[in-house]
Amino acid sequence: MSVAVRTVTTRRGIEAKVRTMGAEDNPPLLYLHGAGGLLPTEPVLDHLAERFAVFAPEWPGFGEEMTETRIEDMLDFTLHGWDLVDALGLERPFLAGHSMGGMIAAEMAAINPAGLRGLALLAAAGLWLDDHPVPDIFAMLPFELAEVLFADPRGGEKVLTAGLDFADDDALKRFLVGNARKLGTAGKILFPIPNRRLSKRLYRVTTPTVLVWGAADKLLPTVYAERYRELLTATAAELRIVEGAAHMLPYEQPEATAAAVAGLLG
Amino acid sequence: MKFVWFNLQPWPYLPEDFREKYRSVWVDIPNTLFDPEKGHELYNMYLDQLEFAESLGFDGIGCNEHHQNAYGLMPSPNIIAAGLARRTSDAAICVIGNSIALYNPPLRVAEEFAMLDCISGGRLVAGFPVGTAMDTNFTYGQIPALTRDKYAEAHDMIIQAWTRDEVFAFDGKYNQLRYVNLWPKPVQKPHPPIYIPGGGSIETWDFCLDHDYNYSYLSFNGYKGGKALLDGFWERQAERGDRDDSPYRTSFAQIMCVADTDEEAEKLYAEHVLYFFNRCLHVYPGFSDPAGYRTVDTIKAGKLNQLRKENMEMFTKLTWKDLVDGGFVIAGSPDTVAEQMEYLATSLRVGTVFCLMSVGDMPDWKTRYSTQLFAEKVMPRLRNIWPDHDAEQWWCKPLANRVRHEGDDLNHARRYPDTPEGVL
Repeated sequence: MSVAVRTVTTRRGIEAKVRTMGAEDNPPLLYLHGAGGLLPTEPVLDHLAERFAVFAPEWPGFGEEMTETRIEDMLDFTLHGWDLVDALGLERPFLAGHSMGGMIAAEMAAINPAGLRGLALLAAAGLWLDDHPVPDIFAMLPFELAEVLFADPRGGEKVLTAGLDFADDDALKRFLVGNARKLGTAGKILFPIPNRRLSKRLYRVTTPTVLVWGAADKLLPTVYAERYRELLTATAAELRIVEGAAHMLPYEQPEATAAAVAGLLG
Repeated sequence: MKFVWFNLQPWPYLPEDFREKYRSVWVDIPNTLFDPEKGHELYNMYLDQLEFAESLGFDGIGCNEHHQNAYGLMPSPNIIAAGLARRTSDAAICVIGNSIALYNPPLRVAEEFAMLDCISGGRLVAGFPVGTAMDTNFTYGQIPALTRDKYAEAHDMIIQAWTRDEVFAFDGKYNQLRYVNLWPKPVQKPHPPIYIPGGGSIETWDFCLDHDYNYSYLSFNGYKGGKALLDGFWERQAERGDRDDSPYRTSFAQIMCVADTDEEAEKLYAEHVLYFFNRCLHVYPGFSDPAGYRTVDTIKAGKLNQLRKENMEMFTKLTWKDLVDGGFVIAGSPDTVAEQMEYLATSLRVGTVFCLMSVGDMPDWKTRYSTQLFAEKVMPRLRNIWPDHDAEQWWCKPLANRVRHEGDDLNHARRYPDTPEGVL
């Protein structure tokens, strides 16, 4: 699959790198990554590109550039999503988001449901259930993350540390700086509790929606998918459980995850 | 040189297997380990010790702010300071400090500090820490990446509230107040001296130099570990060239234990100091540095995180000898302590020392014994280490005719708890 990288500038003046793939005459799909950012290889995007023209932007603060101080609160995040749609010239795209990206996607849909052809929430953050407190990823040590995020923690470890040699001081520093930017940015909407009152706004979503969840998700167990379905009162959201995957389902079962999203095409 | 006596007010009843059984002394320590009746005794003992320090001639007595922390019993340092303001007459009341990003609105700090300055007759020294991640982010829920921005806004609001004589509106990002109109106002003009407890970021050094605030390096690393940070500050001061090099621009916290002889110091204090390093500093590393808490520039500058990580591992294995040799603790006879303190002051170029003399689970009598030896036999030798510099710019300016609190009502502070026989 050929991947191109485009740089667009939003009307707010924020530059975004966008990975694009898939045939141009496929229906457009904007894909929002999770708090870990886009990894060098994103197999789920390859699978999605078989059916969609995929646009996967890097969120401000997740790349090499300085931390973006203009994006601070939930509304800033949400509007940046729509600014990207405009900057890319997308006409009523499909929208998919994973984890933090799912939270942003749900907010975007609540604000402008008619602007989307379909919505896919992959293990989306944004809700809080007192009986199922979300583990605190901000207080976790790097080696503890894989256990919580992956059905197969040993395989997950490799995904998280891809290609990095921690014995090398410079590499370690780059990792720490990258991590500070990524999770630091994510913290603006996820810390200390990943709830910015999205639950009050989900009633507005009329977009056809699919909820795609890893069966073994330990971070946001499937009870969160059920809660999304209850709160999405204006659309009959379909729930697709992916076996053999946990919270990081796009990495663990990319083909099945992409197939569930493609279900939106009917 | 200025001496501030300071106790962290640790909980002295952590079980021996605390480190093995629990993951952190801070944030999520089981609060079933807290016993309010013992808390009653401890608060009173610790307050008495602070008053005792004043009676021995320390220039200041201090308190600080920690939350959900078993080595610090002061989530509200202003309550401690209020007690001290009413029972002391001469010592500076050093509140180091209020984590100003945590107060909603931060006007609360401007008000309470003004109250303390009025009650004490102008004896307040005001600290403005960003606060540790354990306190600020994990206990008080502030978003790590926005904490420093919120801190800067809080600082701006407090200074304006202290210094402006008219009612004004404050349209901040985190705080909006239509009518800011401070009442009461502080005795000291334009405001009490400000101390900034900070680590080693260039931003902090510049912030202190820009405003002529005191850069306060308050850690448990001791003078050998802290040298790099103070060196960094002085290099920055020299590089900028727009500020003098008065040693009173900086202060430094140091754990000290004084006895008759070096051997006696080990015999009396080793177990309590080890209690502090082994149990009180058992902090879950995941709480110490959430992404976004430190600036990217600070991480890039390196040093700090590695220092801290090494420390955490080191603390588990340290012996008394390691702690003394490493400068974490200055302990021994008055001669030994005076020599090392003189070296500390001159090599780090420090004008004010925060004397940490109540360490870990140290009983009252040992704390007082050590404190008194320091006041009588060490302090006089260090007083005039900086004959060419005046602390005035960084010290409080009390009213000459202030209300004094003296006499019989302070007898409890001057008491000498029973010393077990045959120990000394």
